[in-house]
Amino acid sequence: MNAAEPAIRVEGLTKRFGDFTAVDHLSMSVPKGVIYGFLGPNGSGKTTTIRMMCGLLTPDEGKGTALGYDILTEGRRIKKRVGYMTQKFSLYEELSVRENLNFMARMYGESDVRARVDAVMAEYGLADRAKQLASQLSGGWKQRLALAASMIHKPDLLLLDEPTAGVDPAARRHFWERIHDMTASGITVLVSTHYMDEAIQCDHICFIHKGRKLVDAPAAEIPERSGLVTWRIKGPDLDDLAKELRRLAPVEQVARFGDALHVSGKDAGALARSLASYRDRENLELRESEAGLEEVFIHLIEQNRDDAAQAA
Amino acid sequence: MYSFSRIFAVLKKELVQMRRDRLTFAIMIMIPIVQLTLFGYAINTDPRHLPTLLDIRDDGPFTRAIVSTLHTSTFFDVTGVVGSAAEGDEALKTGAADFVVIIPEGFERALVRGERPQIVVEADATDPVAAGGPVGALPVLLERALSPLMEEAALAAPDPPPWDLVVHRRYNPAGVTAYNIVPGLLAVILTMTMAMITAIAITRELERGTMETLLATPARPMEVMIGKILPYVGVGYIQIAILLIAGVGLFGVPFTGGLAPLLLGATVFIVVNLALGFLISTLARTQMQAMQMTFFFFLPSILLSGFIFPFEGMPLWARWLGEALPTTHFIRLTRAVVLKDAGFTDIVNQIWPMLIQLTVITTIAVNRYRQTLD
Ligand SMILES: Nc1ncnc2c1ncn2[C@@H]1O[C@H](COP(=O)(O)OP(=O)(O)O)[C@@H](O)[C@H]1O
Ligand SMILES: [Mg+2]
Repeated sequence: MNAAEPAIRVEGLTKRFGDFTAVDHLSMSVPKGVIYGFLGPNGSGKTTTIRMMCGLLTPDEGKGTALGYDILTEGRRIKKRVGYMTQKFSLYEELSVRENLNFMARMYGESDVRARVDAVMAEYGLADRAKQLASQLSGGWKQRLALAASMIHKPDLLLLDEPTAGVDPAARRHFWERIHDMTASGITVLVSTHYMDEAIQCDHICFIHKGRKLVDAPAAEIPERSGLVTWRIKGPDLDDLAKELRRLAPVEQVARFGDALHVSGKDAGALARSLASYRDRENLELRESEAGLEEVFIHLIEQNRDDAAQAA
Repeated sequence: MYSFSRIFAVLKKELVQMRRDRLTFAIMIMIPIVQLTLFGYAINTDPRHLPTLLDIRDDGPFTRAIVSTLHTSTFFDVTGVVGSAAEGDEALKTGAADFVVIIPEGFERALVRGERPQIVVEADATDPVAAGGPVGALPVLLERALSPLMEEAALAAPDPPPWDLVVHRRYNPAGVTAYNIVPGLLAVILTMTMAMITAIAITRELERGTMETLLATPARPMEVMIGKILPYVGVGYIQIAILLIAGVGLFGVPFTGGLAPLLLGATVFIVVNLALGFLISTLARTQMQAMQMTFFFFLPSILLSGFIFPFEGMPLWARWLGEALPTTHFIRLTRAVVLKDAGFTDIVNQIWPMLIQLTVITTIAVNRYRQTLD
């Protein structure tokens, strides 16, 4: 496998469950050594795609490689070099932290199980809880254990499926620090999430919806590429205001984020002109800015809905 | 080719899970004890005072001696006399009597002439255990009643007795005896627990999602299968030990054969059932489904294996089905070893069918074992 080859490259990956197409001709390429954000709302097909990448599900169509191995025929080789952290905690609840790690180390044929497990426990701060049963761990500690388990065989590629779901903010921050450490040491990390605010942690983003890819670009380029302009409006009675703004032609999207409305459109000039009258309103505070990732993703989802409706 | 490390990993994990899941483990140990106590109670009952009717069609000293012996015996409670065979049949059918003893016409004369007249006993053998004791005691009772009179009359030598005792076991001609139950129970309990326990151990992984972790590792199906099955072979041996110790110690089952042939047969049988559990787990999605499928298999294993109904009494199709069940062969094997002192060469005919079944089941199971989540 040469250095320039991506860690994962899939083409036209498709998975159907009965009549339902969960993943629809998805192509993507994960460069080596990056944090690759795999984003999409719930049910968009992230888990299904990740499972196909490591040989846990057979694609109905498409092909691809992971670490240079064919995902259709070389599943066992891929599994030896890939760490996979499932969305739902899937280690053994009735086993202790150490027993779970021992089990995983043996399954991956580690030569010195004890030393490796000790090292991983120290690295992930699990040593104090070695004897605790997994069932007694809180969400954040379970996540740490699962991450440690997926790293037990020193994989080159880490697939993390919604690793921060249901984890408190402190644990999430700690978690992302670890991920950055890993990529610094050369590991490629593909991480799926439906938390849009985590997208900024990623080097590259692939955003999917209903099994289809909507955007695939370096994180920094996404707002600019979208061509979207966003106005942030603060003030009272935002819900009524939102209804009013949606009726304006240049306004393509109005979304509420906390105490602000984010009003977006593609035609910057027209948008500025229609919002001009609101500037003079009392209590309202308007500010033009570049669109954030959130606005872009919501916009993309709306567009995808319209396309799908038109196609039908 | 196979990795010992991975087999060991699965094996060790199963052992820890077994240890932590005390309830299931306790149930596996309790099943043999409870079953044996239930069935053992039936074995141990030594039924006495069973209602008996007399159908006497002759008169004389011999006849009177038989009647008085029956009256004094604690096995029989003579409750009356019937006037016709039909009357006796009716009493057996309704359960009014368990036995009808018939002394035919001309019995006295035929006996004196050495013509070996028949003494006919119609027995309700629905419960063979209940009927077994009294029927077994009859020859001795008759001997005791008639021999002194025979000697007095200076008649023929008592061996063989100059009469012919004919017992008609109604409703259960083969008359399964009590001791048949413990060896049979060995097979039935192993069938029930072994298949179910593996099926559940695997579907539990599917249900809880841990199967995804297992499948994401480079383990081969065979490694997982062997690692999962081995700990339960140990459980199977524990169950055998409990049954044998209790069966012999508490219920006095005569263990005539050797332990080695029994253990060989048991090992094959246990592995067949564990493989079966593995197969079931590839068909079931949930633990509940796995249980239901095990029961689906368990019923014919009890009914068609010769455990309850004598094999010879079954219609041909049922016998063919029975032959296809591992339980049938293991019941024959244990009965032969425990009761008839069968050795290695005698049990070969029961071992090879089980080996064929093992091969078929394992092949299907390993092929069906999902290496993906599809
Ligand atoms: N085994 C399955 N059988 C049927 N439908 C499935 C199965 N797995 C996933 N799906 C469906 O496919 C869609 C995508 O699921 P998933 O890949 O889990 O999405 P995500 O991980 O992005 O939330 C969902 O609508 C889900 O219900
Ligand atoms: Mg998911």
